[in-house]
Amino acid sequence: MSEHERYAEDLALYALDALQGEDRARVDEHLASCAACRLELEQLRGDTALLALSATGPRPPQRARQRLLDAVAREPRLPRMVEASQRRSWWGWLGWAATAAVVIFALSLWRENSALRQNLLSASSRAAQNRRELEELRRLAAPILEPDAQRVTLVAAKAPPQPQGKAFYLRSRGSLVFLANNMPPLPPQKAYELWLIPASGAPIPAGVFKPDARGNASVVNPPLPAGAEAKAFAITVENEAGSPAPTTPVLMVGAGE
Amino acid sequence: MGLKSGDQGAMAELYDRYSSVVYAVALRVLGDTGAAEDVLQEVFLQLWRRPGAFDAARGSLGSWLAVITRNRAIDSLRKRRPETDIEDVVLSVAPDLAADAERTRAAEKVRGVMGSMAPAQRSALEMAYWEGMSHSEIANKTGEPLGTVKTRIRAGLIALRKAFQN
Repeated sequence: MSEHERYAEDLALYALDALQGEDRARVDEHLASCAACRLELEQLRGDTALLALSATGPRPPQRARQRLLDAVAREPRLPRMVEASQRRSWWGWLGWAATAAVVIFALSLWRENSALRQNLLSASSRAAQNRRELEELRRLAAPILEPDAQRVTLVAAKAPPQPQGKAFYLRSRGSLVFLANNMPPLPPQKAYELWLIPASGAPIPAGVFKPDARGNASVVNPPLPAGAEAKAFAITVENEAGSPAPTTPVLMVGAGE
Repeated sequence: MGLKSGDQGAMAELYDRYSSVVYAVALRVLGDTGAAEDVLQEVFLQLWRRPGAFDAARGSLGSWLAVITRNRAIDSLRKRRPETDIEDVVLSVAPDLAADAERTRAAEKVRGVMGSMAPAQRSALEMAYWEGMSHSEIANKTGEPLGTVKTRIRAGLIALRKAFQN
């Protein structure tokens, strides 16, 4: 029996948070030195997520939402930086999509920061530097993260809500966040597919998505080839499994600003 | 002028997307609406206080919230202190399921896989997952050897994984 097989069953219990005491310590010790078992643990946790997601039931009562937002308002993480009047003009333009994108970028940066912290022995100075940069990022992002900031999207008078998508692409990291709203519903077995249109060559698949009941959708960090230069982004309708190349006319397109 | 007002904040947006998943998981474990609301509040406040705990590059927020909610609810059910830090909960890519229709479909699929398992395997997995029973508690209750219980739990999880890979 291989080393990994010996731990396989304990890893399943570990993923269920059901391993205590000495058994848990023994697995912890093994995990510290075994990447294969760490990967297996992550997969088993993914499996437990499937179980969790099978729970369905009533929505939480409305008061729970207000209770949370009140608690969040009592715990401002970030200093107020912008007066209300300035904030409004900013946010009218940026809208919710930018908010979500900045939050997602900040989440990934904070995660990097915490990973660095765990590695203090070898990288203490880098961690400190990183932390300073993140503090700066938090400061800059403060008005975006303020829960009571007003965000308004202006559209032409009397126009029906138009489908709108915003792509935020960081070529150096191969990181893409795409958010859409007012997307029309699709027939069954169909999905929208996002394309990165490179300066030369064929469109690159950049994620398949389906809007929710309110027409909102997002694609976060789809697999992309390293360093792809984006001339534009476009959307087509494809089969829900996605297509390696567009098979229908472009519905929405936008070039970088 | 047409005016479409946006969201009240990123947190409200996240809450609206994921609160039904979080609440359903907490309620399934605890069976009590008040206790489930407390866990719901705690999970979202943790996300607010420590957004860095979630790794956006791996897994999906919906699945991650479901897993930490289940763990918190079990801790609350068994009146024990949380042993796993939320930052250490990393899971490989699993469906996000922010949209209700998608979630309903996945939930049906999971229930289908559970329904096709041998009853002893299904109940071992359910006792471990939804009641937070340890393998020795399950072995005591069912009169089966410890090793059998462990094998059943792992095989049950792998069966779910396979169903979603196809």
